[in-house]
Amino acid sequence: MTNTATKTTKGVLGEKLGMTQVWDADNRLIPVTVIKAGPCVVTQVRGAEADGYAAVQIAYGAIDPRKVTKPMTGHFEKAGVTPRRHLVELRTADAADYSLGQEITVEAFESGTTVDVTGTTKGKGFAGVMKRHGFKGVSSSHGSHKNHRKPGSIGGCSTPGRVFKGMRMAGRMGGERQTTQNLTIHAVDADKGLLLVKGAVPGPRGAVVLVRTAAKGAQS
Amino acid sequence: MQRFDEIDKASLKDDIPAFRAGDTVNVHVKVVEGTRSRVQVFKGVVIRRHGGGVGETFTVRKVSFGVGVERTFPIHTPIIDKIEVVTRGDVRRAKLYYLRDLRGKAAKIKEKRETPVAR
Repeated sequence: MTNTATKTTKGVLGEKLGMTQVWDADNRLIPVTVIKAGPCVVTQVRGAEADGYAAVQIAYGAIDPRKVTKPMTGHFEKAGVTPRRHLVELRTADAADYSLGQEITVEAFESGTTVDVTGTTKGKGFAGVMKRHGFKGVSSSHGSHKNHRKPGSIGGCSTPGRVFKGMRMAGRMGGERQTTQNLTIHAVDADKGLLLVKGAVPGPRGAVVLVRTAAKGAQS
Repeated sequence: MQRFDEIDKASLKDDIPAFRAGDTVNVHVKVVEGTRSRVQVFKGVVIRRHGGGVGETFTVRKVSFGVGVERTFPIHTPIIDKIEVVTRGDVRRAKLYYLRDLRGKAAKIKEKRETPVAR
């Protein structure tokens, strides 16, 4: 069990730029996702006395100040920063070490550490059970007729006389929040604000992603 | 044009000779055996070039002791020491998969005449 009260988490919001490949020192080919992360600012620090838990709120992305609601404008003014588009809260034990308006860049991470990356997956539209849930479908031959991608049976007959809740069926797929855990940071480009993460991360190119310290594994 | 071309640029090599499918090439491959590394030459016919940018690959086919051997290399891989073009082939396809079904004299590729006869 992860104890959020004692675990320190670092995080930064960024934009997924796309994937490419690089060779490492041992000439192995590494698939990497390029994330343009930060700069983020701290907009709120939560402590045990005021809020009952320790956390830090970070903000990222440019926004036209006219589009920001009055309450949000006041929130950003309190932190002494210009308004941002995206806000996210991170539970971390060392929240007290952060100060309002402090800038967070990719330098919070170093290469070789493991991170979790959260994003919104690509929308697939209305998808059938084979694509959405990995069903095997029905035989492509041996007398099958107009049956090939159907789910088959969805339950009994008069007992129970209904379809159980949660039965996996066709429907909207994708476009939901997803976290890919334990990705390795291959390289950090502090000048350009780029993170090279080994492997794929959720979402299309240009999507906002949250990179933070891996929840699982030993605390480094 | 992507916004991280600089990352790819670091991996790209600029000393690659121009070659295409049908050409015979010597590929000098670095082989690491334990602690020491040496260069091994893989000689054969290029049967395809595939992809573009940092992910471009090419496949070299040779017949070794009667067995066809194909090796696919990323064109920008650091394990390639150098690529030498031995002969230019005169072929009418970009992908020479038909060579797999041919053997002996039939699998021979005509050499390209560099200077066509002027009339």
